[in-house]
Amino acid sequence: MNVLAHPSLDTETIELAPNHSPSGLLRFITAGSVDDGKSTLIGRLLYDTGNVAADQLASIQATSQKRGLAAIDWSLLTDGLIAEREQGITIDVAYRYFSTARRKFIIGDAPGHEQYTRNMVTAASSADLAIILVDARKGVITQTRRHAYLAHLLGIRELVLAVNKMDLVDWQPSIYQAIVDEFNAFVGQLGRHHVQAIPLSALNGTNVATHAEAIPWYDGPSLLEHLETIPSRRDADQAPLRLPVQRVVRVMMGNGANDATDVEFRGYQGTLASGHLHVGDEVEVMPSGQRARVTHLNIADRALQKVSADRSVVVSLDREIDISRGDMLSDPIHPPCAIKVITADVCWLSEQPLQAQGRYLIKHTTRTVNALFDDLSYRVDVNTLAHEAVHEKTVMNDILRVRLKLQQPLFVDSYADNRTTGSFIVIDPVSFHTVAAGVII
Amino acid sequence: MTLQSKDLSNLPHPSADHLDLLEAEALFILREVAAECRLPVLLYSGGKDSAVLLHLAYKAFHPERIGFALLHIDTGHNYDEVIAYRDRMAERYDCQLHVRNVEDSIRKGSVRLRHQLESRNAHQSVTLMEAIAEFGFDACLGGARRDEEKARAKERIVSVRDEFGQWEPKNQRPELWSLYNTRVVPGNHVRVFPISNWTELDVWQYIQREDIELPGLYFSHLRDIVRRGDILVPVTHLTPANHGETVETISCRFRTVGDISCTAPVASTATTVADIIAETTQCLLTERGATRLDDRASDGAMEQRKKEGYF
Repeated sequence: MNVLAHPSLDTETIELAPNHSPSGLLRFITAGSVDDGKSTLIGRLLYDTGNVAADQLASIQATSQKRGLAAIDWSLLTDGLIAEREQGITIDVAYRYFSTARRKFIIGDAPGHEQYTRNMVTAASSADLAIILVDARKGVITQTRRHAYLAHLLGIRELVLAVNKMDLVDWQPSIYQAIVDEFNAFVGQLGRHHVQAIPLSALNGTNVATHAEAIPWYDGPSLLEHLETIPSRRDADQAPLRLPVQRVVRVMMGNGANDATDVEFRGYQGTLASGHLHVGDEVEVMPSGQRARVTHLNIADRALQKVSADRSVVVSLDREIDISRGDMLSDPIHPPCAIKVITADVCWLSEQPLQAQGRYLIKHTTRTVNALFDDLSYRVDVNTLAHEAVHEKTVMNDILRVRLKLQQPLFVDSYADNRTTGSFIVIDPVSFHTVAAGVII
Repeated sequence: MTLQSKDLSNLPHPSADHLDLLEAEALFILREVAAECRLPVLLYSGGKDSAVLLHLAYKAFHPERIGFALLHIDTGHNYDEVIAYRDRMAERYDCQLHVRNVEDSIRKGSVRLRHQLESRNAHQSVTLMEAIAEFGFDACLGGARRDEEKARAKERIVSVRDEFGQWEPKNQRPELWSLYNTRVVPGNHVRVFPISNWTELDVWQYIQREDIELPGLYFSHLRDIVRRGDILVPVTHLTPANHGETVETISCRFRTVGDISCTAPVASTATTVADIIAETTQCLLTERGATRLDDRASDGAMEQRKKEGYF
């Protein structure tokens, strides 16, 4: 590495490798309760891929034995807080990591009971895929539908229906098929998804990381096989360019001794929320609407010809335009909407109820604006999906269709089109707590 | 009940793509802190995770110089070569370095030791809080990772601390998408962990890819140790051999480098980053399980320290 006292732009030009699917990283969530075998499934995945270290294993084996359990209690692997272990419950979202020869995985593990909606919404916001666990003996229950709805609401289009405990129903294909049919019928009402159903036994490890020969009637992938091969969220590459500006960089390039040879470097730092950017491309700057061409693309001291979605870059333009944090570089043919009234589905996350007359802050990409709840249209019953009139206070875990009035415009796309420019959080201007999360319709 | 730990025969490939994504996420977080916080500081110990964090800060700001000062809470029980490395890196990256000493907190009486050789590691929290108050920092960037420890798996990337530095695991802000809420009321501050989603292996692969210099202690060297159970305890003036213990000279390296009194080496012949990556992919023990004397005290040791303001 060459760290220079004076920054230099005389660097080699490297073309970043294009993103081949599947990419090296997949984020997924697991939805289900402890009773459905969620912890066991995660434990199995980690163990069968060699991602449980000897000291971790020894520690949970000892605790399981101490509690007089016949089998290993895998929840001990995931429940990390003292209160969780004392009470035998999961309090908060935990993130787990494992990798195989093909991919690195990040699991967002949301607890099944208390504050469920809040936790699942949080974990789902960054996930590419959701595993929805069903107990083969119970079939599709209210909770299953709630999980599928929340995954859908948060824009997850890859679903795995994991029909667990198939060994307890003797691997009967008719039971499995009935669950799959019912689930598909429900999900079909929500919108377009890709559903992969997999019969398995987390406890025995059947069809989790290894192929199950015991199920002659199932010729699909094992769970791990599916996770290793499905494409991750690459649709962001295909969408039009959105680059919210994080910071503006201005430095004098040169040794400072000679005004004639010193030049000012001005660049815009940010992460591509979607699309591609090439040197020479024309971009439209929101909100001014002015256009300019890209002269340089950098990731630190590496100059690039082209960058794709999710990369954090520095962009230089051929013209001096007034650009500051919170502005957005975008595709001039398909720019985002600049709007001061947004319609959104909001999940209330705070123990403090919504103050309908109160002022809130909205953070959207790198821009934070004042907002008022202009209308509370209806509340969604997450179990039945029915729309209810909003009479009572809005409390934690409520999902509402709302209209928000903004003091300044935001540059948005619908969440269905763009998960970054279609999402926002609501911040209480007094406590500064994050009180809600919203997706733009 | 008698499962054996699996042999890691399926070695993860160093996929450039996943390192690029982890890097992009960290650069984004660092820039959010730079843009939104009034006076952020980067906690720098000279360990490998903070070395990666410092390099990421360099990349986040380039071509500007790094916009954060560095803060090291020195327990006074650090290896000389780590301190020399720390000073060299601060100079190379052109960063202002603040050092605050646990020794001074002891002298003032805000840290009280039970005995002279007690580990000062947990006491860093007090000195850290004193430094935060002294400078008025509103954000402390740290190199902690969620895969290190079970309590850390539940911590947010941007984590609010009150004026006592306390972490309240049950009362954390929900963190969605990449919308980080850095705002705090006066007196509170945030701890920010840009490499939360990295594993030990990711860190080593990135060190290799970016050619990041580390203290020599991370590579195998000859050292006097005594064996206590399955832990190798380095023989130093702070951790002398007990009467009757056999001192051996073995080839070993440190997986984590911290306070002398609570960090132990592992037997190793790895002399290069590539060797370490090979060892890491085959290693059957967690990083802290193998080497940390402070986390073995109890299952909730880390959580307890974090609640008391530990980073």
